Amino acid sequence: MSQAAETSSAGLPADTVWAEKVSVTSNVPRWALMLGLLALFLGLWQGVTSSGIVSPLILPSPADTIRDIGFVGRNLSSGDYMLPALWITASEVVWGFVLALAIGVSLGVIVGETSFGERAVMPYIVAIDTMPKLAFAPLFVAWLGFGIMSKVALAAFISVFPIIVGTAAGLHAADENARMLFKSIGASRLQTLVKLKIPTGLPQFFTGLKIAAISVVSGAIAGEFLGGGAGFGELIRVAASQLDTPRVFSLIIYLSLLGLAMFGLVSWLQYRFVFWQRSTNSISANTSRTAV
Amino acid sequence: MTLAAVEAAGQLARPVYELSRVSKVYGERVVALESVDLTLREGEFHAVIGSSGCGKSTLLKIMAGLTPPSKGRVMLAGTPVLGARPDIGMMFQQATLFPWRTTLQNILLPIEVREGRAAAEAAAPRAKSLLELVGLKGFEATYPSQLSGGMAQRAAICRMLISEPNVLLLDEPFSALDEITRDFMNMELQRICRERNASAFLVTHSIAEAVILSDIVHVMSARPGRIVRSIAIDLPRPRTLDMGTLPRFGTYVSEIRELLDKGAFL
Repeated sequence: MSQAAETSSAGLPADTVWAEKVSVTSNVPRWALMLGLLALFLGLWQGVTSSGIVSPLILPSPADTIRDIGFVGRNLSSGDYMLPALWITASEVVWGFVLALAIGVSLGVIVGETSFGERAVMPYIVAIDTMPKLAFAPLFVAWLGFGIMSKVALAAFISVFPIIVGTAAGLHAADENARMLFKSIGASRLQTLVKLKIPTGLPQFFTGLKIAAISVVSGAIAGEFLGGGAGFGELIRVAASQLDTPRVFSLIIYLSLLGLAMFGLVSWLQYRFVFWQRSTNSISANTSRTAV
Repeated sequence: MTLAAVEAAGQLARPVYELSRVSKVYGERVVALESVDLTLREGEFHAVIGSSGCGKSTLLKIMAGLTPPSKGRVMLAGTPVLGARPDIGMMFQQATLFPWRTTLQNILLPIEVREGRAAAEAAAPRAKSLLELVGLKGFEATYPSQLSGGMAQRAAICRMLISEPNVLLLDEPFSALDEITRDFMNMELQRICRERNASAFLVTHSIAEAVILSDIVHVMSARPGRIVRSIAIDLPRPRTLDMGTLPRFGTYVSEIRELLDKGAFL
C-alpha cells in the first residue's frame, strides 16, 4: 500500500471518508429518550403487577397509582382535607428553609471568613454533621411540641449543613492571585469580602443551597413521621398503615413536586445572580443532587 | 536609556526602589531570601530570573508590601514600604479578571476600591483611552469570558496602569500566553514603560525575555534565594525582537544560562 502511495495516486480512493462511531441514542431528542425510558419503566411495572407475582397491597399497579394521583389532585383543587395538609407541609418546608438559610449563611460566614471560625467552630460543625440527624427528632418534639415548630426545626437542622459548607467553601474559593490583587490595591477586609469573596463564592453557595432545597422536604416529612402533625407526612403514614399503597405513591409524587419547586426556585435565583456562569446545564444540577 | 549609557553620562537617575539586606525566612529554617540588595532607578527595567523556588516571587511580594521581610529595608520613592502602596501596579501570570465585571469595570476596580464608585465613574474616559492604547477599543462592555488569553492580559495591563503607578511589578505576566503573543506583548510593555518613564521589575523564567526587555538582569540561585549576579544589558533602546539574533544577545543569554546551570547543581 505504501508502495502505491509512493509511486502514484492511481488505484487509491478519491476520499478516505469513514464513519465515526457515535452512540445510537445521540441523534434521538432528549425528550423522546426520557419519555421512552418512562414508558419502559411503567410497562415493566404494569407487567410485574398484572402477572400477580406481587400482591397489589405491596405494589399497586401503575394504573391504580395514576387513578389515585387524579383523586388526590381533585381533592387538592376542590380545597378538601388534603389542601390544609399540603399547606402545613409547605409552610414547614418554607420556614425550615428560611431558618436554615439564615443560620447557615451566618455560620458559613463565621467559618469561612474568620480564622477563629475556621479553626474552632468548623470541627464542631463537621462533628455534628456526621451525627444521624433524624435521631434528634424526638428531642425537637420534646422541646418544641407536636406542632409545626418541631418539624420546622428538624427540616432546618437537616438542611443547614450544606448551606454552611457551601457558604464557607465559597468564601475560600478566591484564588491566591485574586487575593494578592485585592491586597495590592489596598482593599479593606469588607471590600475584599463584598467585591471578591462573595461573588467568587456564589456558585458554591448555590450548590449548597440546592442540596438544602431538596433535603428540607425530607426533613419536614421525617419530622411529621416521628412527631405527628397534620401535614402530608401524616397522610402518608396513615395511608401506609391502611395498606393504601397507591395513595402513598401519589402523595409522594405530589411531595416531589414541592421539592422540585424549591429546587427550581434556587436554580432560578442562581441563573439570575450568577449570570456569568449560565452555561451550567441541568446535568450539573443533577450532579449536585447526587451529593446528598 | 540603558544603565551603561546613564553611567557614562555621569548622572544616575533617581532611585525608585532601594532594597538592602532583604531576607525572608519561613518558619525557623526555610530561607527563601538571603540578604538581597538592589536599586531600581527611574525609567529602568529590571528582570529577575532563576529556577522555581529561588524566592523570586517572595522578593516581588516583599517589594509590593504584600508580605513583610524578616530582615532588611525596602524603600519606595524615599519612604519605607510597610504595606500595599498605591504608587505601584502589579500583574500576575493569570489575568485575574473578574467574570461578573465588564472589561471596563475590571479596569476601574483599583479606583473603585481606593476612591469609591464616583471616582471610578469619573476615571472611565481614562480607562477607555487605556483600552485604546492596548488595542482593545470597543471591548468596554465585554465580559472577560469573551476575551482571549492575550486580550485578557491586555485588559490586566490597563487595570495595572489605571492608577498611574510609577513602578510596575510583573510576576511572569505573559508566561501563560503562546510565544507569538508573548513576544508581541513584551514589545507593548516596553512601549508603555517608555511612554510613561515607568520603572519595571519583572519576574520571569525566560532568559530571552529577560535579556530583550531589561537594563539589568538579576540572576538568582535557590536555597538560600539570593542574587548571584546582576548583569547590565547593553543593547540599544528601543529593543526590537530581531535583536535576538545579535551576537551580543547570544553572549548575554549564554552567560545567564551558565549561571543558572551552576546554581541548579550547587
